[in-house]
Amino acid sequence: MGTSTAKDRGKRRIIEKVRVIDPSRGLDASGHLVCEGGKILSCGEGPAPAELITPEAERIDASGLVLAPGFQDVHVHFREPGQEDKETIATGSAAAAAGGFTDVATMPNTTPVVDTAGAVRLILDRAREAGHCRVHPIGAISMGLAGEKMAEYADLVDAGAVGFSDDGRPVADGGLMRRAMDYSRILGVPMISHPEDLSLSAGGVMHEGAWSTRLGLRGIPYAAETAFIARDIELCRLTGARLHVCHVSSRQAVQLIRRAKEDGLPVTAETAPHFLDLSDADCADYDPRFKMNPPLRTIDDQEALIEALQDGTLDCIATDHAPHTATEKNRPFAEAPFGVIGLETSFAVCHDRLVRRGGMSLSRLIELMSGGGARILGLPKASLDAGAPSDFTLLDCEETWTPRGRDFASKGRNCPWLGRSLTGRVVATHLGGSFSFVRSSRLAESARA
Amino acid sequence: MLRNKDLLDLESLTAAEIKLILDTAEAFLAVMRRPVPKVPILRDKTIVNLFFESSTRTRISFELAEKRLSADIVNFSAATSSLSKGETLKDTVDNILAMRADMVVMRHSASGAARYLADRIPAGVVNAGDGMHEHPTQGLLDMLTMRQRMGTLQGKRVVIVGDIMHSRVARSNIWGLTKMGAKVTVCGPPPMIPVQMEEMGCTVDYDLRHAIEGADAINVLRIQLERQTVQTFPGNREYARLYRLDDEMLAATKPSCFVLHPGPMNRDVEITSEVADGRRQVILDQVTNGVAVRMAVIYLLSGGAPENLGENLN
Repeated sequence: MGTSTAKDRGKRRIIEKVRVIDPSRGLDASGHLVCEGGKILSCGEGPAPAELITPEAERIDASGLVLAPGFQDVHVHFREPGQEDKETIATGSAAAAAGGFTDVATMPNTTPVVDTAGAVRLILDRAREAGHCRVHPIGAISMGLAGEKMAEYADLVDAGAVGFSDDGRPVADGGLMRRAMDYSRILGVPMISHPEDLSLSAGGVMHEGAWSTRLGLRGIPYAAETAFIARDIELCRLTGARLHVCHVSSRQAVQLIRRAKEDGLPVTAETAPHFLDLSDADCADYDPRFKMNPPLRTIDDQEALIEALQDGTLDCIATDHAPHTATEKNRPFAEAPFGVIGLETSFAVCHDRLVRRGGMSLSRLIELMSGGGARILGLPKASLDAGAPSDFTLLDCEETWTPRGRDFASKGRNCPWLGRSLTGRVVATHLGGSFSFVRSSRLAESARA
Repeated sequence: MLRNKDLLDLESLTAAEIKLILDTAEAFLAVMRRPVPKVPILRDKTIVNLFFESSTRTRISFELAEKRLSADIVNFSAATSSLSKGETLKDTVDNILAMRADMVVMRHSASGAARYLADRIPAGVVNAGDGMHEHPTQGLLDMLTMRQRMGTLQGKRVVIVGDIMHSRVARSNIWGLTKMGAKVTVCGPPPMIPVQMEEMGCTVDYDLRHAIEGADAINVLRIQLERQTVQTFPGNREYARLYRLDDEMLAATKPSCFVLHPGPMNRDVEITSEVADGRRQVILDQVTNGVAVRMAVIYLLSGGAPENLGENLN
């Protein structure tokens, strides 16, 4: 947005007649939020306390909307440095704000790779300049993602890295992963696994099943994911280090994680919106907008993932936002790169699929979209309690809309939901002392009134 | 009439459309037996042959079919086109659009490439093989050859032997034959049979001797050594031991059972020379039928009406 002045940032803002959902307090009620100078002064049921309503305060009638903690995404690709044609930290974080996010964690597979403190600082600086959301860099497990030599983890953590991953290039060497996990116990950050046995997924471009057989596309079997997760869970058992498992896509993977949690291991895991709403059948038209890694699995896997989000086996929803240029994606399916964007559609897709059609409570969805940062990466806890930072998002759960490429803040247009109708939309995002994103003209009118 | 401007696969054709193509091909076979085996039907049409993957027999067969229909022809092949200079398929498509070709025949190594092209140009597209997906004209010529021998495909049992996983010929055969009422069994070493194959409407048998019992036709596929990016079988010697069709095996089948092979053959790997040159093979009939089938497809996609065929051939 960048529309607010320094004066706006400090000023008192009162959001009224809004449905407030704060999973950290079990709160879901018609209420208010008052904030000033980047802090929440009051948030709860009923009207704002009379003593906080000052004449100069900006009052926003948000009736019909939902107010929730700012969303946090533990898995995005902003491509900067090195691949700015796909996305930049500025465009990626603008997309995050438009999607209701106040915190995102970026994967280190940039050019150069985020394996030095300098690279971490570059990302933090660029994010601060852009100012759309807080960006938390994830460092590389191995130098250059080459899977050979460990990065200087403590140096990276001091610079601001919140975790380590070789996302996209799994650590094939079990010995290296063991030592990295062992080391991470003195760092207080998790090792993050991109679970893929490359010898099993080699050449594959979609889920291995009836559809890959029919389409004549090489398949990626379940075992490419599960064999790797099983290894990393055993390394977690061996080292006692915290393990986070990325983009879980299948029923069998969920079962492995469920058992690890039952065993008391410090394992967390995420899944992505596309796995909850789409399946391998969506690849039937050879449209590369449905190509990502891990691949879209089956309806049965979809059901298992939703169940796992309900029962806590999966800790959060992360988009794996992976922008590519139109040129790169405009190729035959087998030749196009893996990856889809997701920040600007995540809430809509998850609300439509999980709440509207799936029977999940809105409160649980908000917890899954906002709770990951704290639980997994040690970021500040998403909360609307008095004294907490005034990071929140306003949602319209009734609005039905159709994503169009030209409306995205992201440079990416590789979105599976283009042209598909979705119910639920982010209206505004508030970061610290000001709005980082505002969509609705209605909100502006209310604010003026 | 065919419903679409393109022939991309046999999966989306109806039995009536397949029958129409096969019947039309029979009429063109008659033309091919004339002293001047050429008709002026497509005198005003331009056809572009785009071969991004090397091919000899399919490309020649298409060219011959096009020439016998009197079309103007432009040939691109991977080695000579700008594709080797890094041009994307999209740029190639734009160029074809600018040239205003009436029809494109394309072979490409990516499954779905023909669909990609067809979705982006108004000209008709004939898929001459897309990756591991389909090779519809091969499926049609196999079916024409079988129909000539058996009179009908309804209720007949066809066994397809070989590397089913990598075979676009197998997929087109399965869709086409099952639509025409035939029963299809695929046979080969397990790593060469893709998962959930049965969902395409065929049965799977890993034992060749057992699979060919009572079969009406056996379609032996080429072991595509060039597509084995990883080893999917121990080697040619072991393959031959388990899956090579020889005279002894053939002797145990119905006397009327005959053998097809889409070529080019790896003699003595998937088929013995005795069988390949024997009296129960129809391999050269397939080649002749290939030209007729391709003439039929191009004729029908160019808007040629089946009922005018007799008149057009005069």
